[in-house]
Amino acid sequence: MNSYNGIMVYVEFGENGLLPITRQLLGCGRKIADELGEPLSAVIVGSKGIEEGSDAAQLGADTVYIVEHELLRQYRTETYVAALEQLVRQQRPTALLMGQTYVGRDLAPSLAFRLETIAVLDCIALEIDHASRVLLLTKPVCGGNAVATFTSMYYPQIITIRDKAMLPMEPSFGKNAHVVHFAVSLEPRSFKTRLIKKVKEEGEGLRLEEAAVIISGGRGIGGAEGFRQLHETAAILHAAVGGSRPACDNRGVAPNRQIGITGKIVSPDLYIAVGISGSIQQMSGCGQAKRIVAINKDPDAPIFKYADFGVVGDWKKVFPSFSAKLKELVS
Amino acid sequence: MKMIVCVKQVPDPQASSTGTKVDVAAKRVIVPHGTPPVMSPYDESALEAALKIKDVHGGHVTVMSVGKNLARPVLRKALASGADELILLEDNTFDQLDSYATASILAAAIREIGTFDLILCGRQAADTDAGQVGSGLAELLHIPCVTVACGIELGEEKVNVTRIVSDGYEVIEVMLPALVTVSSEIGELRYPKLKDLQAAQKMPIVVRNAGQLGIDVASLMKLNLVSLSPPQHRNVQCCMISAETPEIAGEHLALTMRGAGLI
Repeated sequence: MNSYNGIMVYVEFGENGLLPITRQLLGCGRKIADELGEPLSAVIVGSKGIEEGSDAAQLGADTVYIVEHELLRQYRTETYVAALEQLVRQQRPTALLMGQTYVGRDLAPSLAFRLETIAVLDCIALEIDHASRVLLLTKPVCGGNAVATFTSMYYPQIITIRDKAMLPMEPSFGKNAHVVHFAVSLEPRSFKTRLIKKVKEEGEGLRLEEAAVIISGGRGIGGAEGFRQLHETAAILHAAVGGSRPACDNRGVAPNRQIGITGKIVSPDLYIAVGISGSIQQMSGCGQAKRIVAINKDPDAPIFKYADFGVVGDWKKVFPSFSAKLKELVS
Repeated sequence: MKMIVCVKQVPDPQASSTGTKVDVAAKRVIVPHGTPPVMSPYDESALEAALKIKDVHGGHVTVMSVGKNLARPVLRKALASGADELILLEDNTFDQLDSYATASILAAAIREIGTFDLILCGRQAADTDAGQVGSGLAELLHIPCVTVACGIELGEEKVNVTRIVSDGYEVIEVMLPALVTVSSEIGELRYPKLKDLQAAQKMPIVVRNAGQLGIDVASLMKLNLVSLSPPQHRNVQCCMISAETPEIAGEHLALTMRGAGLI
């Protein structure tokens, strides 16, 4: 049908090794590759020392590409696009899968336009139309009010996938990939951007990614002062604190604590929504939570369509006694 | 300082967040009757970012929008807020465009303008949530792009862009000309003064169609929309807890959660 062959997965690492989304991409990539009868590869981009990660990234892949260069020490759009452009032009995969992460959502569209192909971001399903062998790319649109499925005749297809939309690859899956060092040539003078500062700002308390319980506040909580109460309760429950986009815009919580379509996608065991209306943009970020509890003054707020338990009332009156009772019960 | 801000007209996402339906046969989203068109909120923030630079350093702000049947009053708001020029790229074929077609139309119009220092776009549109036009436009114009800015500082032939990343933030220095996509943290668009609203009514608007731009949309579209369907919702019955006072309800909520084994 075309001269493109193989599914390629862009690998991302965090502080604790391979990101969970990468394991999910390898799981989904292996399935698609098998259905198409094509190979699966993983690509790791970075500077000296990244080959240490090749072991972790082998999970189910036939080949692991190591793209190593001094200019790739930290993620920058133009250096990473230039490096991946060279690899993808040579390897010609059918599809390149990335996580819908801070990196993926930046990298995918630039790379797609560079390669004169298409990107579809934030996919929640990836299937094959068996008659045409074309990929069916499904993603939420209109802030989650509809779900669209796209196809394209342009290759390679650059696809980002939403965290937790796919099942991760079993960690026990075979690890016997070929490791290939791919040499890139990057001309420093051709780049127009420079990273001048990188600041870690995790915000207070547990990180959203690692908490089993999340307390999230909305517009109604106001600024940092209102969020203080949420933080105090979070400490009792060993929970992380997050917020909706309006809450972040009000500087109630740090921007990287935003939960929703433009922030992080979380799936805790328990999600306590305080003063959150439950707009579909917000719920896209936490709809996977096992249990949801909501406090909101508006009985018609959409959040009560998602919640297991709810109280209609002003959070300023409901929350302090809720928090005090929790403290009593937990201690 | 010559700035271009690209804005998209969308159905008001605030008004349409409930009651939006999907016409599966027509593959279109039907917003509730009476939902007004607005500038996409992130694009408004992009305009605000340009105006903030203009406040301090002066300069010229051109606002550009692509579409079919563009609502003049919606886009004139950009002029009333402080933009100097409005260019509408309007054609009956500019409908249900994909990111590649939209970026290509904008690129054609920007090439006509010729020189510029900074292009600003919203990080993603409120209707399609594709998040690609900014990055794509930069590629088509062969200029660097920095996405999801929460702060922009103008320097000597460069800008310093603060952007949010997973574990904090970073500052990227980018040589001009460049393109920056803007996130909501940069702030909401200022309210225009009444006299500026009136003055904006009299300002001319430039309109360019597909023929004038040398654009054939059909040859630019790279994505096919196969189907559009309503989202699947989590199917739960909410157990509402009520009591004589909100304070007691709060206590009952905690007790119920303990009873259900949530804590």
